[in-house]
Amino acid sequence: MNSAKNSVMRNLGIIFKRELAGYFATPLAYVFIVIFLVMSGIFTFDLGGFYVRGQADLMPFFSFHPWLYLFMIPAIAMGLWADERKSGTIELLMTLPVKLSDVVLGKFLAAWVLSGLALLLTFPIWITVNYLGSPDNGVIVAAYLGSWLMAGGFLAIGSCMSAMTRNSVIAFILTVAICFVFVASGSEIVLNAFGWAPQIMVDAIAALSFLTHFDSISKGVLDIRDILFFVVFIGSWLFASAIVIEIKKAN
Amino acid sequence: MIEISHLTKKFDSFTAVDDLSFTVAEGEVLGFLGPNGAGKSTTMKVITGFLAPTAGSVTVCGHDISTDPIAVKSLIGYLPEGAPCYPDMTVLEFLDFIADIRGFHGEEKKQSIARVVQQVELGEVCHKTIDTLSKGFKRRVGLAQAIIHNPKVLILDEPTDGLDPNQKHHVRQLIRNLARDRIVIISTHILEEVSAVCTRAIIIAAGRIVADGTPKELEARSRYNGAVSIQLTQEFDLYGALESVTEVVAVEESDEERRRYTIVPAAGKQIFNKMLERVQGEQWPVAEFHLVEGLLEDYFRSVTQGASLSAHAQRRERQSNSEQQV
Repeated sequence: MNSAKNSVMRNLGIIFKRELAGYFATPLAYVFIVIFLVMSGIFTFDLGGFYVRGQADLMPFFSFHPWLYLFMIPAIAMGLWADERKSGTIELLMTLPVKLSDVVLGKFLAAWVLSGLALLLTFPIWITVNYLGSPDNGVIVAAYLGSWLMAGGFLAIGSCMSAMTRNSVIAFILTVAICFVFVASGSEIVLNAFGWAPQIMVDAIAALSFLTHFDSISKGVLDIRDILFFVVFIGSWLFASAIVIEIKKAN
Repeated sequence: MIEISHLTKKFDSFTAVDDLSFTVAEGEVLGFLGPNGAGKSTTMKVITGFLAPTAGSVTVCGHDISTDPIAVKSLIGYLPEGAPCYPDMTVLEFLDFIADIRGFHGEEKKQSIARVVQQVELGEVCHKTIDTLSKGFKRRVGLAQAIIHNPKVLILDEPTDGLDPNQKHHVRQLIRNLARDRIVIISTHILEEVSAVCTRAIIIAAGRIVADGTPKELEARSRYNGAVSIQLTQEFDLYGALESVTEVVAVEESDEERRRYTIVPAAGKQIFNKMLERVQGEQWPVAEFHLVEGLLEDYFRSVTQGASLSAHAQRRERQSNSEQQV
């Protein structure tokens, strides 16, 4: 029993390792990280008015993350399954003695760790704000965690969309579109547009939004419900990915 | 032992594999033949657990593919059609990944990788990324990953496609060496390959088995079995000379070559020696005289085209039936 459990973890680890190494075997990982850092710099210091605000926190940095992820995350997620199907390696992978769940999870985790790495490398901004003032570092840690969870949500959507098609550009566009729905559903514009609807429906729409959950985490409120939202959200989309792969792999 | 029983695979309304049943025993090298779209690759994909069967069952060494897929997949080494490999990895990285998944550790892993690298002669490209390799090398990398765990069952979908004649020869020798105490199933379009490596051949057309036997047996079923090919140097009345010979059922003139004739014997009759005597005794103007080759190809054509014809006929019959009902 124990050895069976070990071998499951082992396969997950092997897939994870291969996928992560795959990102670094091509320029993809480096391009992603560099562009992510440059963009978050521009958003924070220029558009976010980091200095002008005169406040020692990272709100301008984090508040742009949903919009930054909207285009960056689909770029790493789009190839997850589409490339496997295009090159035919999916047939190789699925005839190896590995469970589909290990592969889905291993691929997801590799992409998630890559996005986490890019996020960690924004640490100079954190140093800057600590140098200039004395921010609440607890809030910042919570915000980093929330941001990473949100990245996971985007990635899980991307995994499912990538499983739908063998064309990674289509996967990219689909992912951006679906992610946009989940980001924007919490924005004032969308919620106001549903002003006619009963309050319970408006609340439900808002509750599905990344913005709603991310906002509270990024203010330092680590509510278990927000964390649970992202965990369940990721789990559901990964489960959907597995189903889509089973149905679509033969095409 | 592989047991395939009443296997059917449908894609929407299209039936790729239609109620297929056969067993393969240890030590057999089974050649899987059939025209494009006959269901060869689909059958292999079901046996290897990539596709789920619509109906029927596949059992590999006692494990059912539907209920115990991981056990079956551990027993099988599989080279999918086109030999897909991860293009961004080097050959060694790729084989290391496969060896990991196949459960090898440490020294044992190193040895397995070294063994297959030597077996399929990948030494010179070990550190190159797979992307940059030629078609022949890519195919060999695919073969290497299929045999790295010394599998009990080896399933190779067109293993020599895209290889040059030397490489083909090498791969066939490899398959022959691997065949001992194993089950090998290969699909191919190259019929000479079947005669060269297979102990048994199954021909399928439109998802059904139309012939099953040793390559020799299948060759014997060709109507050209024992036929003699003859090349004349000048005009000669071959028809007249052979009219009275009862063992000869037909004399066919080639459309491709001038003065090339095929003398077809009655089923089961040997005419070579008799013809040779006549040619020498009566001094026929003969430039070339030999037994007809490519019997398997002839038999393949006769059964696969026949199958599609009869399928057509059945369909027409069914159509007319339904018309009558209307």
